[in-house]
Amino acid sequence: MSTLAGTRRRRNPRLGWNLLGLLVFVVAGFPLYWMLNTAFKPAKDAIDPDPSLLPTGLTLDNFGRALDIADFWGPVGRSLVVSLAVVVIGMTVGLLAALAISRFAFRGRKIVIVGILAVQMVPLVAMIIPVFLLLNDLGQYDRLTGLIITYLTFILPFTVWTLRGFIVNIPRELEEAAMVDGCSRTGAFLRVVFPLLAPGMVATSVYGFIQAWNEYLYALMLLSQKNQTATVWLGNFTTKHGTEYAPMMAGATMMAVPIVALFLLVQRKMAAGLTAGAVKG
Amino acid sequence: MSAAETTTTAKVPPPRQAPPPPPKDRRPRGQRTSGGALAPWLLLAPCLLILALVMGYPLARLVTLSFQKFGQSQLWGFQPAETVGFDNFAKVLGDGEFWAVVLRTIVFAAGAVVFTMVIGMALALLLQRVSGWLKMLINIVLVASWGMPVIVATTVFKWLFDSDYGVFNALLSKLPGVEMIGHNWFASGPEGLAVIMLLVIWGAVPFVVITLSAGLTQVPKELEEAARLDGAGSWGVFRFVTLPVLKPIIVMLTTLSVIWDMGVFPQVFVMRGGHPEPEFQVLNTYSYDRAFVVNDYAQGSAIALITVLLLLGVVAVYMRQMLKIGEVE
Repeated sequence: MSTLAGTRRRRNPRLGWNLLGLLVFVVAGFPLYWMLNTAFKPAKDAIDPDPSLLPTGLTLDNFGRALDIADFWGPVGRSLVVSLAVVVIGMTVGLLAALAISRFAFRGRKIVIVGILAVQMVPLVAMIIPVFLLLNDLGQYDRLTGLIITYLTFILPFTVWTLRGFIVNIPRELEEAAMVDGCSRTGAFLRVVFPLLAPGMVATSVYGFIQAWNEYLYALMLLSQKNQTATVWLGNFTTKHGTEYAPMMAGATMMAVPIVALFLLVQRKMAAGLTAGAVKG
Repeated sequence: MSAAETTTTAKVPPPRQAPPPPPKDRRPRGQRTSGGALAPWLLLAPCLLILALVMGYPLARLVTLSFQKFGQSQLWGFQPAETVGFDNFAKVLGDGEFWAVVLRTIVFAAGAVVFTMVIGMALALLLQRVSGWLKMLINIVLVASWGMPVIVATTVFKWLFDSDYGVFNALLSKLPGVEMIGHNWFASGPEGLAVIMLLVIWGAVPFVVITLSAGLTQVPKELEEAARLDGAGSWGVFRFVTLPVLKPIIVMLTTLSVIWDMGVFPQVFVMRGGHPEPEFQVLNTYSYDRAFVVNDYAQGSAIALITVLLLLGVVAVYMRQMLKIGEVE
C-alpha cells in the first residue's frame, strides 16, 4: 500500500512538470515552426485572417518568388567570402595569441588578458561612426576587405578567449612528456596539443563563422546596396517587400536553416571538445 | 633542437606528415633563437596589431570626434574639423529628447534582463524535472532559437505580430470576447517596444538556460540533501544552496545581458522598417540617427560615448567575474 502511494506521488509531479515542459516546448518553438509553416504554404493561405495552425499544403513557389524579387546568390556569395576569410585569418591569429597567453608566463600577460576581455565589451554599435570614417579615409568603404578587417576585431577577442580555455584544459604535462621524449616545443605542440585542440578549434571556427554571417549593422553601413550581404538582403526584403509574407518567410528560412543546422552541430562539438580536452588529457 | 629531434629516430617521419606544416612551425622556431621573453609577444603581435588598428584607433577617434564639429562638409573634406570642447555634450545633455531616450533604454533593458534571467532560471530548473526525451526536445528548440540570426528572428516576429494577418492576433481573437484582428502593435511606442522586448527575451533565454543547466549539474547533491535533512523546503534549498553555488554564473549572465540589451539595435531598426519613430528610439538607434540621418557625426559620437560610460560599471563587474573564473582554471 505504502509503496503504491509512494510511486503514485512520485509519478504525478513528473507528469505535471512534463505538461509544463511541453508547453514550454510549444511556445519556444512556435516562431520557428511558424516561419517554416508560412514558407511552405501557398501564398494565398498566408494572408488568411484566420490562419490554419497546421500545414495547408506544400509548395516551393514562395522560394522562387523570394529569389526573383532581388538577387539572392550574390549576397550569399559575398557573405560566404567575408565569413570564411574572417574565420581563417581569425583562427590563425587567434590561436597564436591564445598560445601566448595560456602557455607562456611573461610580464604583461595579465594586462593583455584584461585588454582582450575589455575589447570584447566595447559596444560595437558605438564604434560604427569612427570605423565608418576610418574605412572611408583608407578607401575601404564598400569593399569586402574593409568589412573583413572590421569583423576580425569582433571575432578575435572571443576566439582568443575560447581557444585559451581549450588549451588550458590540455595538461601541460603531456607536452612536457613529449619534450622529455625528444620533441621540440613546436613538435610537442603539433603532435600532442594540436590533435587534442582540433575539436575545440572546429567549434570555435563555426561559432566565429556564424557571428560574421549574422552581422547586420556594419554590413549595412560599410557596403553599398550593390554589394550587400545576406543579412542586409533579408533586412531590405523585410522593410521593402514586407507585405509579401510568404516569400519573406521563405527568405528567412533560407537564411536560417543552414546557420541553425551548423549551430546545432557546434553545440555538441563544443561540449565534446571541452570534455575531451579535460578527460582524455 | 634538430639534434634533439633526430635522437628519436623512430619518430622522425610522422612530424613531416603532421597536417599544418610550415607557417606555425616557423614562428616558434624564431622565438627560440631570440630568447623566451620575446616569444609570447611575437605570438601576440598579429592579434594586437589588428585590434589596435580597427578597435584602438576608432575608439580614440570616437573620443576626439565627440569634441569636434564634424558634419557632412568635414566628411567630404571641404572643411577641417574644429575642436569645440564640450559643445556636443552640452547640446546632447541639454536635450529633453535625449533623456527620454536614456530612460526608455534603461527601462527596456531592465525589463528584458529581469525577464530573461527569471524565465531562464525557471526553465533551467524545469529541465531538471522533466523526462529525458522532453528535455532533449526542449534543448533542441532552445539551441535552434539561439542559433537563429537576429535578422531572421526579427523578420519572423514582424510577421507573427502583423496587424491583419499575424497569427498572434488571430490566436488572441479565438479567446471569447477578444477581437484583436487589425490591432496594430506598433501604433504606440510602449506596446511596440513590448513586442521587441519579447523578441529580445526569446532570443536571449536559450543561452541563459543552457549555461545555467550546465551550472546546475555542478551543485553538489550532498549539499542539497544536507539542507533537506536540516528541514529546508524546495525554496530553502534553492535559496540557500543552489543560488549561492550558481552566483558566479548568474553574475556573469546578468552583466552580459545588461550589456547586450542596452545595445539592442537591429531588432528595433528592422522592426521599424529602417526608420524608428521617435517613441521607438533607444540609445543606439538614436546615436545612429544623429550620425547618419541628421549627418551630425560628432553628436552621434558623443551619444555613443555616453552609452559606453553608462555601461562601464557593468563591464567592470563582468570583467572581475571573468578574471576570477580564468584564475580558477
